[in-house]
Amino acid sequence: MTERNDGPSRRRVLKGAAAGLVTAGIAPTIITSRAYGQEYRNKPSGDTVTLGFNVPQTGPYADEGADELRAYELAVEHLNGEGDGGMLNTMQPSNLKGNGILGKKVAYVTGDTQTKSDAARASAKRMIEKDGALMITGGSSSGVAVAVQGLCQEMGTIFMAGLTHSNDTTGKDKRRYGFRHFFNAYMSGAALGPVLADEYGTERRAYHLTADYNWGWTQEESMKNATEALGWETVNTVKTPVGAGDFSQYITPVLNSGADVLILNHYGRDMVNSLTQAVQFGLRDKQVNGKDFQIVVPLFSRLMAQGAGDNIKGILGSTNWNWSLQDAGSQAFVKSFGAKYGFPPSMAAHTCYVQALLYADACERAGTFYPPDVIRALEGHKFDGMGNGPTEYRAEDHQCFKDVLVVRGNENPTSQFDLLNVVQQVPRSQVEYDASIFGGELGPYEVSM
Amino acid sequence: MNLQGIFSMSRKDLTTLVIFSIVVLALPIWLQPFGAAYPDLMQRFAIFGILAIGFNILFGLTGYLSFGHAAFLGVGSYTAVWTFKLFSMNPIPALFFAVIMSGLFAFIIGFVSLRRSGIYFSILTLAFAQMSYNLAYSVLTPITNGETGLQLESSDPRIIDSMFVGEQAGLPVSNFFGLEMSGIPGFYFCAIFLIIGFFITQRIFASPFGMMLRGIKSNQTRMNYTGFNTRPYTLTAFVISGMYAGLAGGLMAVTDPLAGAERMQWTASGEIVLMTILGGVGTLLGPIVGAWLIKYFENIFSSFNENVLHNLFGFLPDGVESVVVEITSMFVGEGWHLTLGLVFVLVVTFLPGGIMEGYRRITAMFTGGGGDGKKANADDKQTQPAE
Repeated sequence: MTERNDGPSRRRVLKGAAAGLVTAGIAPTIITSRAYGQEYRNKPSGDTVTLGFNVPQTGPYADEGADELRAYELAVEHLNGEGDGGMLNTMQPSNLKGNGILGKKVAYVTGDTQTKSDAARASAKRMIEKDGALMITGGSSSGVAVAVQGLCQEMGTIFMAGLTHSNDTTGKDKRRYGFRHFFNAYMSGAALGPVLADEYGTERRAYHLTADYNWGWTQEESMKNATEALGWETVNTVKTPVGAGDFSQYITPVLNSGADVLILNHYGRDMVNSLTQAVQFGLRDKQVNGKDFQIVVPLFSRLMAQGAGDNIKGILGSTNWNWSLQDAGSQAFVKSFGAKYGFPPSMAAHTCYVQALLYADACERAGTFYPPDVIRALEGHKFDGMGNGPTEYRAEDHQCFKDVLVVRGNENPTSQFDLLNVVQQVPRSQVEYDASIFGGELGPYEVSM
Repeated sequence: MNLQGIFSMSRKDLTTLVIFSIVVLALPIWLQPFGAAYPDLMQRFAIFGILAIGFNILFGLTGYLSFGHAAFLGVGSYTAVWTFKLFSMNPIPALFFAVIMSGLFAFIIGFVSLRRSGIYFSILTLAFAQMSYNLAYSVLTPITNGETGLQLESSDPRIIDSMFVGEQAGLPVSNFFGLEMSGIPGFYFCAIFLIIGFFITQRIFASPFGMMLRGIKSNQTRMNYTGFNTRPYTLTAFVISGMYAGLAGGLMAVTDPLAGAERMQWTASGEIVLMTILGGVGTLLGPIVGAWLIKYFENIFSSFNENVLHNLFGFLPDGVESVVVEITSMFVGEGWHLTLGLVFVLVVTFLPGGIMEGYRRITAMFTGGGGDGKKANADDKQTQPAE
C-alpha cells in the first residue's frame, strides 16, 4: 500500500482517542450517580411500585400470553382496590388491603417474550433497567422461564414464573429469585399414572411425540417413568420441533409401530395441530393389540381444548386449575374475570393472577420491597383460598405443592367454554417428591449489583 | 504496510472517526430524551452496529447478498459461552475464540457458496444458515442445549478461573479483570469494539483491497478479463464479515451469557439485510444507523401499550383521544413490525440509498446544492456503483 500524505497521522488519531476517553470517563459517573446509588435495584421512591409483565404476545403461545396479560391487569385493579376485589376476599392468610402494595399504587409495564429466550431476556432487561420494574412475572414456556429466571437472579429482581411446567424450572435450574406456582411434569405423571391404569389397564404400549425443548424433555421423562411403573411399555419417543405446524410425518409411523397409546407431550398450538392430525389420521378409531387406540395429552388447558374442538372429547390429561371448580377462590376469580372480559379465565391466567397476589402479599408480610426479605417471606409460605386448596411454597425449591386435577375432554359441552370435566382431584401427598431428586442449587439471597 | 501507513488517513475519514467515536461514547447522554439510555439497549446498539458494518463489507463492497449471516452470529455466541464454561469468565479469550471459530465457519460456507453469484449465492447462504439453525436447534442438542439455549452452570469446570478464584455462591458474571461486563461497563466494552471495528472498516474502504471489492461489485466479468482472480478477494471479504458477525455474537454472550438457537434463524439474517438497506448500502455509517433504528423500534415501540398511549394523547379531547389511541395502538406494541415495515417501504421507495442518502440530500439542500453538496454527490456515485 502506498503511504498517504494528505492525512494527519498518529498525533491526530491520539488526540481523537483522548477526546473519546474523556467522554468515556465522564459519562458513566453521570449515569451511576443518578440510578445506582441505591440499597437495592429499583427501590420504589415515589408513590407507585412498578411490576413487569413479560408475556408472549406473538408466537405459538400468544393465546396464553394474551390471557395472562388480562389476568395481570385484573390483579393490578384488585391490588389497587378497584373492581370487586376478586381473590383478595378469599385468600387466607391475607395482608392485602386493596391500597396497592405497602401503600404504594401498583403500576405496570409489559414486554413481549415472543417465546424466545433472547427476546424474553431483552424485554425483561428493558423493564428492569429502563422502566424500573421491581418484579418480573409471566411467560408461557419453560425455556423462557429458565432463561429469564437466570437473568433475574443476576439482576437481583424477583421472578414469579407464569405458565411453566418443566421439572427444571424448580429443579436443575432453580434460582433463589425464581418462584413457581404452576405444577410440573413430575406431578402430571404422578397424578395421571393411576388414572391411566384404571382406564386403560396396565398392559399398554405407548408412543411419545415430544416438543423438542426443556419442557418436552422433562414431560416425556416423567410420563415415561410414571407409565412404565404401571407396567406399560414405551415403544418409541420422537422429538418434534416447536411450532412445526404439520405433524403428519411424525404421526404416520405411529400407525405401524404396534403402539396402542399415543402420548402427546405438546402444548399450545403444537398440541392443537398434532391432536387434530392424529384424529384425522383415524388413530382413535383403530384397534391395536385387541384394544382401542388411545391418545393422552399430559398437560391440558382450556384454551387448547377450544382450539382442538371436537377432537378433544374423551381425552385424558392433567391441569393446574379449571374455571369450573366450585371453591370460593376460583368462583371469585372467575366472576371478576368474566365481568371484565366476558369469558372465563384459562389456567395460565389463574396462575399469573395468583402469582401477582402472592408477591404483593409477601411484600406486605415482609414489610418491605427488599428482595431477600420478600424471598424469605415467600419461602415455606402456606396459603389457601386461591383455587387449589391448601398450598405451600416449598422453601427448598420454590415450587408450590397442591392438589392436581386430572381432566377429560367433555363429551357433551353445554357451552363453548365447558370443555373439560374434572375426573379426579389428586391429593398433594400423591404428587409430592423429594426436592433433591432433580439437583440444582438456589444460589444466594444477596446479589451484588 | 508500515505502522504509519495504517494510521495515515484522509482528513475526512479522520473527522468521521472522531465524530463517530464521540457519538458512540456519548450514547448514554444523548439517548436520554429518546428513552433508550439503558444499558441493555445501548449494548445492543453497539453489538448490532458491529454486525451491520461487518455485513456491509461483504454486501456494500462486493454486492454479494448473504442471507445467512446470523449463522456466524450464533457460532460466535456458542463459542463464547463454551469458552466461559470451560476456561474463564474473562471476555478476551471468549471473543478471541468466537472470532476464530466464526471465521473458520465463514471460510467453509464461503468456499462453497462463492462458487455462485447473485441470487444463487443468496440462496446457498440461506440454506447453510438454515442448516446451522436446525443443527443447533435439535441435532446438536448436547452442544447447544437446543431450544432452551446454552447457559452457564455452577458445575462448569472453568479451568483457568478455578486456579485463581475460589468457589463462589451463585453463577459467575463475565468480568474483564474484575470489571463486570453487565450494565454500563458492558456497554463501553462493546462500544470500544464498535469503534475499532469502524476504524478497520474505514481502512478497508480506503484500501486497494476495498477498490478491488468495489470493482467486483461493478463488473466481475471485466475484473476477470483483466486477469484478476476475484474469488480470493470475495472469500476474504466473506470471512472478514463473518468474523465481524462472530465478534458481535461473542459480545452478545459477554454481556449476557446465554446462547440460543433463534439467533441463527433466517429471520435474524433477514434483519441484518434490512438494517443495511435501511441505513444505506455501501456507506460507512449507514448500516450502523439502520441497526440502531431497528433495535430502537424493536425494544421501545414494542413496549408501548394502551396505557402509555393514553398518557401520551391525554391532552386531546376524550372522543378524539380514544380514536387516536385506537389507531396508533395498531402501530405499537405487537404492531411494531408494521411500523418498521412502513418505514422500510418509504425509505426504499423514496430514498433508495437509505437514510444516508436522505442525510446527503438535506446537507446538499442547506449548502445550496454547491460546495459540499456536489462533493457529497460525487461520493455517492463512488460508493453506489451500478448494481
